[in-house]
Amino acid sequence: MSNTYFALHLLLTGDSALWDIVRLSILVSLSATLLALMLGLPFGALIALSRFPARDPVIIVLNALMGLPPVVVGLGVYLALSRSGPLGSWGLLFTPPAMIIAQTILVTPIIAALTRQTIEDLWREYREEFAAMNVGVCRRVVALIWDARFSLVTSMLAGFGRAAAEVGAIIIVGGNIQGFTRTMTTSIALETSKGNLPLAIGLGLVLMSIVLLINALAWGVRRAGERFAA
Amino acid sequence: MSTSLVTSQLPVVLDDVQVRAGETVILDGISLRFAAGPPTVLIGPNGSGKSTLLRLAMGLVPPLSGRISWGGSPATGSSRRALVFQRPVMLRRTAAGNLHFALASASIPREHRRSRVHELLRLVGLEAVADRPARRLSGGEQQRLALARALARDPEVLFLDEPTASLDPRGTKAIEEVIRTLAERGIKIVMATHDLSEAKRLAGEIVLLHRGCVVETGPADTFFAGPSTSDARRFLAGELLV
Repeated sequence: MSNTYFALHLLLTGDSALWDIVRLSILVSLSATLLALMLGLPFGALIALSRFPARDPVIIVLNALMGLPPVVVGLGVYLALSRSGPLGSWGLLFTPPAMIIAQTILVTPIIAALTRQTIEDLWREYREEFAAMNVGVCRRVVALIWDARFSLVTSMLAGFGRAAAEVGAIIIVGGNIQGFTRTMTTSIALETSKGNLPLAIGLGLVLMSIVLLINALAWGVRRAGERFAA
Repeated sequence: MSTSLVTSQLPVVLDDVQVRAGETVILDGISLRFAAGPPTVLIGPNGSGKSTLLRLAMGLVPPLSGRISWGGSPATGSSRRALVFQRPVMLRRTAAGNLHFALASASIPREHRRSRVHELLRLVGLEAVADRPARRLSGGEQQRLALARALARDPEVLFLDEPTASLDPRGTKAIEEVIRTLAERGIKIVMATHDLSEAKRLAGEIVLLHRGCVVETGPADTFFAGPSTSDARRFLAGELLV
């Protein structure tokens, strides 16, 4: 209990090292989630509404990618961004953008796969009405994403949860550099290995609070939307 | 709601049409002509092919054989015909939002949509619920909204699949009043029902279907006064056609 008390003390007194870590963590996870939404939403919707020969294998691979091991992604991004890698000239290794790239790769399949399922279910419901209304392809995609928006919030939350909890990829491509690429999850791993449990617990509490807060906000938005628009 | 057209959808002509689902014959040798005039009502027992016939005439189901034409043209895509399903699916928006979507899909210019939405809601008596989520409307209100949504396309021919099924008498009356209004405005109504009383109230022409075939067709008053086939007589007498 004394460790937990000390962690709360660090939080409430505004420990700058702690809050720098919190800020960077939120920035990286939200940026990755946003990018993954931009990529995953249209991709998932496209697969949901398309029929092509290799569709089933694509869906199987997409679903499997939801369980992509973070360290494998970290290694892949590391190799791509390292000085001798194909994207080495960008100079992004051990920077926050590298961490965002790695997390985007992890989160995009989650959002795309869940979007595909959500949109496909809705499409089954709407298909005949849209055919009778002669709705064009682009309008169908936009309408389905819009009408599924409250369900898609859950996809977004799953993606954000993955990003916020992830440590394996960002510790490889970010390097856990103090004051630069250190996030809550990498700090918790480091501080625990050093035996500095108060800071580790404090970060753990903050991380869980942030995830809880964002989930509560999303739930509130969803309930309000369902009440007034759905 | 103008029905003067450059390319008319009428008459809708089905010529020796067959529809199958796998090995099952749904419609067989159907030849019908839906011309401008009072409502045509399709009657028949469950599974007789009424809903499939409406989908076929709408252009949503391709025939295995035979020909269909709309105003002499075999082109299937048109904004001047509309179909209301037996269980219409409401989009997850308000009642007005559903109509806005239908109007946008029918390429109605944005500046005209708002006034059209009000006009359509007034026509079906749903002005008071314009801002309510469509899925929270009662069954009868949803049916009326589906009718309004279909009218957003300014159709020349409107197909209705059991529009009053599972509605109470009050909801049925409201829908039938809208149907009469539309027919008076010159919209060709082709509707399916298994309710003979409703068919008597609304039909100008009757088509009796059984096992995917047309058993009898003709003016409603003639049909109900003295059907010419034994199946039609049995059906009107309340016997089960199996």
